Parts: sequence; C-alpha cells; structure tokens
Amino acid sequence: MANNASNTSDNAVGTERVKRGMAEQLKNGVIMDVVTPEQAKIAEDAGAVAVMALERVPADIRKDGGVARMSDPDMIDGIVEAVSIPVMAKVRIGHFVEAQVLESLGVDFIDESEVLTPADEAYHIDKWAFTVPFVCGATNLGEALRRISEGAAMIRSKGEAGTGNVVEATRHMRSIRSEIKRLGTLDEPELFGAAKELRAPFEVVKEVASLGKLPVPLFSAGGVATPADAALMRQLGAESVFVGSGIFKSGDPAGRADAIVQATLHYEDPAVIARVSRGLGEAMVGINLDDLSDAQRYAGRGW
Amino acid sequence: MTARPTIGVLALQGDVAEHLRVLDALDAHTVKVLSPDQLDTLDGLVVPGGESTTMSKLAVRYGLLEPLRKRIAAGMPAYGTCAGMIMLADRLLGAAADQQTVGGIDMSVRRNAFGRQTESFETAVHIDGLEGDPFDAVFIRAPWVESVGPGVTVLGEVPGPDEAGRIVAVRQGGLMATSFHPELTGDTRIHRLFVDIVKGHS
Repeated sequence: MANNASNTSDNAVGTERVKRGMAEQLKNGVIMDVVTPEQAKIAEDAGAVAVMALERVPADIRKDGGVARMSDPDMIDGIVEAVSIPVMAKVRIGHFVEAQVLESLGVDFIDESEVLTPADEAYHIDKWAFTVPFVCGATNLGEALRRISEGAAMIRSKGEAGTGNVVEATRHMRSIRSEIKRLGTLDEPELFGAAKELRAPFEVVKEVASLGKLPVPLFSAGGVATPADAALMRQLGAESVFVGSGIFKSGDPAGRADAIVQATLHYEDPAVIARVSRGLGEAMVGINLDDLSDAQRYAGRGW
Repeated sequence: MTARPTIGVLALQGDVAEHLRVLDALDAHTVKVLSPDQLDTLDGLVVPGGESTTMSKLAVRYGLLEPLRKRIAAGMPAYGTCAGMIMLADRLLGAAADQQTVGGIDMSVRRNAFGRQTESFETAVHIDGLEGDPFDAVFIRAPWVESVGPGVTVLGEVPGPDEAGRIVAVRQGGLMATSFHPELTGDTRIHRLFVDIVKGHS
C-alpha cells in the first residue's frame, strides 16, 4: 500500500502496544452494528466511536438460520467509505482466511465472533500473526485469558446476541469480575493452581492478579437494548459496550443510539439515564432465554 | 507557583484512565471533565486520545465546546494527544467539513494522516526539550501537523510514508500537542513537561 508506514525506517506495525492501544482509544464509546452505509452514517452522527459492519444483525441471523459468514467485501468497503470512524467486521471462530481477507480490506478491528457459525471446533485464530487487532468474546476469566494469550487486544462479554436480553452479558461480566478479584487474593503457588483451573498461561494469570484487571480493555456485548442496559454493563466493570440489534431493530434508531451513547458516558448518573430513557419508543422485541435451545445459544461457541 | 495543580482530563471518550494514572503519579490533582462547570476549577486540561469525530460531536452536543474555547483563549494550558491534537488545532484537513475543534494552536492538522489501524506503528522520536533517550512513541490512526503558524514551536518529527519529515509534536505557549500517545508507554517525561508548564503558568 502506498500509505504503509511500515515501509519507512524503524517503524514497527502490529505490535502488542499498537493493537492494545487502539482498543484503549475506543473506551467510553459505543460500538454499533450496522448493515448499510446509511446506518453507519446514523451511528456516526449519533456519536458511535466505531461501527461493526455486517450483512445481518444478530436478530436476523437468529431468525434466518443457516450458516452465517463474513460479510461481502463490497458491503464492507461501502461502509468504510461512508464514515470516518473506525470500522470493525466479524469473522467466524477459527476462520483465519476470512481474517486475512478483512485485514487486506483495511478494516480497523476484527471480531472473532460466536455470532457467526464457527469454522473450527478446536482452535481459535492465531491473532499474533496479524497486524490488525482482534476482539474476542468470553463468558468467564479462563476463556478471556485464553483469547488474550492467542493475541486478542480486547475482550468482550458474550451475551446472547440478537435477543435484547442482557441477562447472559450480566452473568459474564460478574463472573469475569469476581474471578479477577479472587486472583488478587492468591499467593504464587495458588496462582499456579489457578492457572491450571482457568486453563490459561501462568504469566497472564499472574499479570491479571497483580493488575487487578485484564491487560486489555474489557467491553460488554450481547443483549444490550436500552440506555439502562448500557449503564448496567458499565457499573459491572465494562469499559464500554457494543450494541448489536438493539439500535436498528428499535422504533427510533437515531434517538436510541444517542441515548445509549449518553448513558454509556454518564453511567453513574441516574438522572441522565432517566432523561435519555424518556420517549424512545419501542425497544427491540426481546427473546426470553428459556425459549432458546442449547443449539440456539451462541455463548457456548468458542473453546 | 501552585504546588499541586488541578489538571482535568476531558472525559467524553477515549483513553481517559491512562492519562489520569500518569498525572496522578506526577502528583497532580486530577479531575474527569464531563460538564462545563468543572472547567472553572482547572489549572490545565488534557484532551486524550480517542476518536476525534466522536469527541467533537459530543463536545458540541453537551455544550462543552464554547466553554472550552473560552478557557483556552483565556490562557488555560492544555495538552492534546492524537484526537486531542486534532481538538486543539485551528484548522483541519481530511476531516468532515463540519467537524468542530476547540482550537488554540495555530496549525493545520491532517486527520488519520498515517493511515488506518493496519498502518499504525511505534517508533522512537527525538523530542526537543526532553532529557535522555528518544521517546518511544505509539501512533494509532494518527494525525500529523501539515503546517504551523509563526508562534508554534516544532518539538518533534518522524518520516512520513514518503520519507519526508512530518511534524508530530508542537508547542505554542501553554498549549502542547502530540500525534502519538505517551499515556500508553509508561514514559512520563512529556506529561511532566506539561505539568511544569501548568505550574509555571499558574
């Protein structure tokens, strides 16, 4: 590429610091799922910090069934052209060729996502091999640390996407948070034991124990549909949120997007959350998780 | 003069916590700035990295832009990193025509000049006025300064994609800006320089 800084002198691209640093820049901002350039513009105008470009939002993937894959490059290019904020896109778990394609398109972040149909039942992508940073989902600390040791630059919860039901994301945030707290109480021999239980490398476990947080940003995703949902995730320790179907499956996408941005920022201020929650119209229709069979649940995808 | 200056970090979006951590370590009294009335208590302001498009829209929407312009015009020291550099620029290139900035530094800044995330990089930069080794600088979808007015001092440059020198650090009186992110590196020298500016100014 003509504009590739790696061609010059001593510049190092794709380093751990450059990837994690990108994730840090997205903090306190809302990342929104969009399926058209027009939606991307609405998201950008509402104050989204990045957009996730995909062909169908999770609610429709759920409805349509079949194999869900990486989006058409034309569609991703269209969204990249439409906005000046960063563009993310999803690949199937383990599908490193889809990731190579997205990297070549110049997307700014890749989500190795359980919302798409997994391509590998044993292995996730070796994310160190890429210049572009990755975000991965996790239901608990062990899963988060395995993804980080594979090179993920951001972790998000794995709430049931496309349901408008935040209960699973809550479970994941609470689980990750309490397991991090527990690590802080352990001495070194106990940390070796914890690493074994968590099925994660000792070095990363030790780092988390001493930092009292993950070494990469922790966001929440899955089922966030209202301003209060977004603020709940932040009060549970998420550094920001992804909103999937919740915005463009609602009655007033622009208004709801703006309200969720405000609630994410002022998450400790109930008066603001109350104000922005007024008159938003229909939220997306939710799905009660008891109505989903195990095969219809996405959180169990990923190993 | 002020022994322990109060320094705010504009908290509309971005890596606010990292700046707060560095400033706390340098013994500044820190404030997360979310509303206009907080500006009156500040001796200095840091505008963090993040997405300048988002930060600018939110500053307008939450009524912070004009109060920020007033404080900066009245001489409050400020330091911007990456998106923060864009926010302190008088003129923008490569941005939407309606993107508003706080301004203050007489410079033209080109948004995302070094490219998208796959072109983001780290490299060592010599910064005028810093003792010791070159600064290990992290550039993320970074801007550069395309031109500066007579009152602006260039503190550092790196080679751009065409090997021509590109300005990545500037100072104009109490205002400072870098294209890169010292808050991500653990090297506190640039923040220390800013804290000293704030102290000298107060």
